[in-house]
Amino acid sequence: MNTTSTVPEDRTPDRVRRELSDANISIGRRVRNRAATVAMAVAFLLAAGPLVLMAANVFSQGLPAVTNLDWWTQPIPADVGRADLAGNEQLQDLGFGDQAADPDSTASTDSADSSTDGLVALGMQPAIVGTFLTVLGASALAIPLGIMGAVYLNEYGKRNRLANFIRFMTDVMTGVPSVVMGVFIYSIWVLRFGVEGKSAFAASLALACLMLPIVVRSTEEMLRLVPDPLREASAALGTRTWKTTVGVTLPAALPGIVSGCLLAVARAAGETAPIVFTIGFVTTTNWRFTGQNTTLSAQIYSQLQNGGDLATQMAWGAAVTLIGIVLVLTLIARFVARRYALR
Amino acid sequence: MSTDAVVTPEGLVPTGGLPGAGSVSVAPAPAPDLHEPLAAASVIAEPELAPVVFDVSDLSVFYGDYRAVRDVSMRIRRNEITGFIGPSGCGKTTVLRCFNRMNDLIEGARVQGRLDYHGVDLYAPDVNAVEVRRRIGMVFQKPNPFPKSIYDNVAYGPRIAGTKKRSELDDIVERSLQRAALWDEVKDRLKSSALGMSGGQQQRLCIARAIAVDPEVILMDEPCSALDPIATARIEDLMKEIKTDYTIVIVTHNMQQAARVSDATAFFSTEVNPDSDVRTGLLVEFDRTATIFSNPHDQRTENYITGRFG
Repeated sequence: MNTTSTVPEDRTPDRVRRELSDANISIGRRVRNRAATVAMAVAFLLAAGPLVLMAANVFSQGLPAVTNLDWWTQPIPADVGRADLAGNEQLQDLGFGDQAADPDSTASTDSADSSTDGLVALGMQPAIVGTFLTVLGASALAIPLGIMGAVYLNEYGKRNRLANFIRFMTDVMTGVPSVVMGVFIYSIWVLRFGVEGKSAFAASLALACLMLPIVVRSTEEMLRLVPDPLREASAALGTRTWKTTVGVTLPAALPGIVSGCLLAVARAAGETAPIVFTIGFVTTTNWRFTGQNTTLSAQIYSQLQNGGDLATQMAWGAAVTLIGIVLVLTLIARFVARRYALR
Repeated sequence: MSTDAVVTPEGLVPTGGLPGAGSVSVAPAPAPDLHEPLAAASVIAEPELAPVVFDVSDLSVFYGDYRAVRDVSMRIRRNEITGFIGPSGCGKTTVLRCFNRMNDLIEGARVQGRLDYHGVDLYAPDVNAVEVRRRIGMVFQKPNPFPKSIYDNVAYGPRIAGTKKRSELDDIVERSLQRAALWDEVKDRLKSSALGMSGGQQQRLCIARAIAVDPEVILMDEPCSALDPIATARIEDLMKEIKTDYTIVIVTHNMQQAARVSDATAFFSTEVNPDSDVRTGLLVEFDRTATIFSNPHDQRTENYITGRFG
């Protein structure tokens, strides 16, 4: 033990400073460090690039349609595709004004006087309403059921055979292609009730099938993160398991559960395949769960099928609207979760 | 019934069947003057012993096929502090968690033997674990307040038990926090999060939370192990103060703590089966605290409390 005040030969400040400095790091290590840093930055750009490009593209193409008030208030023009393809003359015959005849200027310029003087109004209200209805219906079906299922798996079933079986089936269900869900609901619902069966509710059923496994697994993961001592503290006060779950476990996991459910909602809102079998088609707004309806995703699909510049523009507009709706839902849910999260 | 002990009308009498265990435990007989002759002899000033709350005989705890603890027999008395001491992994906590059936929550845990609470077998089929826990509260090793406000933490138990009226809850919260010596520190921020408190405050909050449901017994599982000496001293003072109203059982790693606060002490140890390398916890000695620390009857107890580990 060195108790004297003299500094040992090999421990002078200069020497220690040199040992601790960056210069002491070997060239090889510095090169590897720099290479890895660059590689990570490139990987990030590669991952973020398509996202940014996609968003920029969608917004620039879709904004003209969306910024028009008609978009939110008017029915979908029934034969916009055919009219557009048939050329200007026929467009005018059909009641399309001069401005509407030029596809590029239609959405952005015919806002003020469009619907009143017989010009075509590029409306999307039926699909916006339909999207809200189907997603709302699917959420109402899948979220409570999914959360209850997750509570069973994590709080009651734990590792027993039934719980393991459900867990396995949920995983299988996650992997089922969405079109299969559509066919499933088509066969058990639409075929049974005929044209009457095509409705927002049928679409909700199909989307709920899609959402359920996502809700179950994400909620279960979140419940698993709640520390056991909290459950024990509650149990030690003479609390039944279900009251512990409602009073402590679920609130503690709430922000995560909300995120998981949102993921499911966003997924459902964007699904097309299960929708087109089950929802039918309308061009006027239908506020009910019964009767045929349409959604933004279905509109993107069918407008592109129609072809033509106007229809393409409507598809872009529907895409922007869809992204916007999911974004708004996300923000609302985040806010709610933060507001009610336990701290 | 284990072959290591026989039950006689006087109670459980160890027969010394354990390797090296001359006296496994002090087995009190029903008549008060014969109850704990060793204690009576060594502690002259010992007043008449309080009524028995828990009567444990020949308790073993299993996790699956593994027997974690065996041969626990003791009597825990009202308004006393009973300390469990012993090295890590000897089953103190496991035994403690039998007293309010917390082990039920662990998969595969099961109990053999008898654990009577006022003469009722806690593990009888018609006994409801939730009702047991309502009467026998628990404070855990790590402070585990709910992620709620201070007020809601304390009010949680009474609310579950059905107290709805705001004024009543206010009373209970204030009384419990005062009893836990926390009121003055938090009375101005009852609505703020319990997670913003210091560790010592959190643990006292957990005690207040346990007190709020007015239990008869409070089980404490190393309540001070995560706390500094000052917070520890406060909790020890608190325990001594509230034992007039409650029966307390405390697990502690700290022998001094057991010596300071407890009236009776149980010393647990482990035994390794040389063939299978399986460790089993067992109760070595149970007696009045003064006896355990000044005049233990088992060599292993003496080795432990004098710092020579057996």
